[in-house]
Amino acid sequence: MDDIDKTIINCLQQGFPICASPYRQVAEQLGITETDLLNRLQAMLADGVLSRFGPMYHAEQMGGALTLAALKVPGARFDEVAEIVNAFPEVAHNYARNHALNMWFVLATEKPEQVQNVIAEIEKKTGLIVYNMPKISEYYVGLQLEA
Amino acid sequence: MIDAIDYQLIAAVQAGLPIAARPYEVIGEKLAIAEQEVIERLARLKSQGLIKRWGVVVKHRALGYQANAMIVMNVPDERVGEIGALISQQPCVNLCYQRPRQGEVWPYNLYCMIHGKSREVVLEQWAELRHACQLTDYAYEVLFSRRCFKQRGAIYARNTAVREKSRAEHRQHSPVEFQSQSGFGLPVV
Repeated sequence: MDDIDKTIINCLQQGFPICASPYRQVAEQLGITETDLLNRLQAMLADGVLSRFGPMYHAEQMGGALTLAALKVPGARFDEVAEIVNAFPEVAHNYARNHALNMWFVLATEKPEQVQNVIAEIEKKTGLIVYNMPKISEYYVGLQLEA
Repeated sequence: MIDAIDYQLIAAVQAGLPIAARPYEVIGEKLAIAEQEVIERLARLKSQGLIKRWGVVVKHRALGYQANAMIVMNVPDERVGEIGALISQQPCVNLCYQRPRQGEVWPYNLYCMIHGKSREVVLEQWAELRHACQLTDYAYEVLFSRRCFKQRGAIYARNTAVREKSRAEHRQHSPVEFQSQSGFGLPVV
């Protein structure tokens, strides 16, 4: 990844035009050719620097629901419980964290009422209490990293 | 309101936008609608806020952001809005939410995420932030991630075929698969 790739990432994290030739517009803005931009994006997707390029949806406005939940998993059961939790398609991501509440995952469901069902299922299959921490307020969403 | 074509469009682009000179034309061909209609509908979904932002999903570890801390605080409920607004203005903070406490198990009601190139850097940024925002009276914990087990965008619009495929892929790859890379473009929770 070179400086041009980094500039591309930083630029695209801020948005992308919705017009007939959006890549050409971005390329002109960056002072490179459209072909160069397309090739670099392909390469970065292939290398795994970028995992996806497209829209981020607003879950609640899409009629769906998101929540953050945590489990207190006994050390010896960690991998077994991770396998159970990850097998749910509603689990969007799952992190091990350094705390007594040591497994933190996000549930994304197509309908709000499914959140409780999935939590109940996870509790049943793991025998553990799921601590559900849906957001009450959101203060910032501009997740952006300098490449 | 969104209609059936909007849903198809959302499903068609959620895996990513084609890397092609006329990406919206490519999508239009799949859905048998004109390029211009794709553009108008996506622009409307964006202005309605259903598309929250439009951009790249960067694997932060590939960019050298190895440390990911979820910092949780117990602040008085009457001050949580004010403190949340203040913290969210700090350049090192990526996300900031109020969430419910869970009794004695979990007394924290304010969460923020800081991503950094090392744990030391994250802890320094947090120390500066605590002082700058005058949070030194409040209990907090810093939870670094040790492993990321699973990472994908949320799926909001699926037809049966897609769902079956995704479940099949799931069985193949997902359980306990250790993913060393993690990224952004996470659903914002």
